[in-house]
Amino acid sequence: MERVISERVYVWQLPVRLYHWINALCVAALAVTGYLIGRPLAVQSAAEASYSYWFGQIRFIHFVAAFIFFFNFLFRIYWGFAGNKFAQWRNFIIHRKSQVQEAVDVLKIDILQTQSKPLESVGHNSLAGFTYFITFLVFLFQCITGFGMYAAMSDSWLPHMFAWIVPLMGGDFAVRQWHHVMMWFFIIFSIIHVYLVFYHDYVEGRGIISSMAGGWKFIEKKK
Amino acid sequence: MNENPVTYWDEMKRHGYSRRDFLKFCTWMTAFIGVEASGVGKVVKAMETKPRIPVVWFHFQECTCCSESFIRSSHPIVADVILDKISLDYTETLQAAAGKQAEEALHSTMKKYKGEYLMLVEGSIPTEEDGVYCCIGGRTALDIVQEAAQNAKAIIAWGSCASNGCIQSSKPNPTGATPIHKIISGKPIINVPGCPPIAEVMAGTIVHLLAFDRIPQLDGLGRPKAFYSRRVHDTCYRRPNYDAGLFVNAFDDENAKRGYCLYKMGCRGPVTYNSCAVIKWNNGVSYPIQSGHGCIGCSEAHFWDNGPFYQHLASFPGFGIETTADNIGVVVGAATVAGVAAHAISTNIRKRKLIKEGIENGSVTEKKGGE
Repeated sequence: MERVISERVYVWQLPVRLYHWINALCVAALAVTGYLIGRPLAVQSAAEASYSYWFGQIRFIHFVAAFIFFFNFLFRIYWGFAGNKFAQWRNFIIHRKSQVQEAVDVLKIDILQTQSKPLESVGHNSLAGFTYFITFLVFLFQCITGFGMYAAMSDSWLPHMFAWIVPLMGGDFAVRQWHHVMMWFFIIFSIIHVYLVFYHDYVEGRGIISSMAGGWKFIEKKK
Repeated sequence: MNENPVTYWDEMKRHGYSRRDFLKFCTWMTAFIGVEASGVGKVVKAMETKPRIPVVWFHFQECTCCSESFIRSSHPIVADVILDKISLDYTETLQAAAGKQAEEALHSTMKKYKGEYLMLVEGSIPTEEDGVYCCIGGRTALDIVQEAAQNAKAIIAWGSCASNGCIQSSKPNPTGATPIHKIISGKPIINVPGCPPIAEVMAGTIVHLLAFDRIPQLDGLGRPKAFYSRRVHDTCYRRPNYDAGLFVNAFDDENAKRGYCLYKMGCRGPVTYNSCAVIKWNNGVSYPIQSGHGCIGCSEAHFWDNGPFYQHLASFPGFGIETTADNIGVVVGAATVAGVAAHAISTNIRKRKLIKEGIENGSVTEKKGGE
């Protein structure tokens, strides 16, 4: 009787895992506060404004999370050059024929469910990597539009580096609108992302969920 | 007239204003244009010594609300001196001359004061069909603007029409209405948006040009920073209610009576750069939010397309008037969850089959508890 022998591979380095969880917390905080900023709760109140500051606090959380998100994102870009082969920027851009083939395979396995052979890649599969590349573009868009709006109420140089987006998009209204629309990208992405991780863990049995905690994955040992 | 150029002060004296009135006006204007107190002397000196700048004021695709606003400036000298009596060499609405005489006045000014005259434009310029949608004296607005701009010292785009297109350029923009800065290049252009702009803002912009002989500091959209660097929201007296999360939920609710923030009623204050909350309107009496209505963002580009006015989020293009990004987001989110659930069910069915097959052909071993 043939048994599958697994091998432990250290895939996600500590900085990658830290980045992932800080990013997850920031995105969650940003989406919740962002939604509330766009659509505040309907409180019927007889209070005077001087007694409370809850909306100000929600905005404050949004801004703090945004700064953490931004620098965390910059760090991840740096780690795309400094990290191990699984963290390298090459994983995120489809530029080889084999990556195209793998993306097609992933579509067949994940979506169409017509194929069930195990994937070659140990880190991000090429389609996942590319999806993360698109999220990076959205990160960038959210940083530019967010800081662009923030610049109007700030004297610090960092937000002002992004102030050019406002005239480019024709005014604050459009900037805010698109910043808000992209929030939904994060929400939809999170639903699919979390599901797919569970799915892969379930069908592949490589420990993909725990890999983002401990860094190790299991792969079939080659004979 | 050319040998002994008449100054603003000369003109004011001629109209019976006292020295005291004159100084009050100068102090007032200095404050408006955002110059420190020591700049008052500079403004006084400029008004005393500098010859009046010849001005041509064009009206194209507009409703004349900018002129109406200007002549109602809270300080009489503004309208009286700057607009009416001094140096307005051509303006379709207010001039006595008509027809041939008016055209002559325009051309003689443009010739005599080549490179010196100030060109004020009210209204957008239609560009579709070679600009036939707006013609004056048999010539298109496009043609007139291009000719007049050639030798103008500077151009001021009055109001939202001239600075960002306003209602004429809203979708589908049949006449191809275009703001000045997209037609003319190579000339200093000051955008003074608003529908209409505040009279004091208009006067302040002109006084700045007179007193300092250069255009005021402009922001990324070509607007004078002195008046357009802050949002209506940040200067609004209802702002503390916003930070406290106290919002009006309907125009007839208790919160509206208490004067809470109009953010949820679609107030455009947070995305609108203007001085309404500071200078206010009609001699500082009020401004929209103070009167209980949200800002509609009339000084921002595309404000007609960013509707409805009474909704915080704009309707999402292509999905009907009241559908916002949030409505679509919720639907897409629900669809995603449904898709994911369906996928999970089918995965589970397949996996059971795989495991069963594996056990049958012996490639998978199933360890039972205790083994």
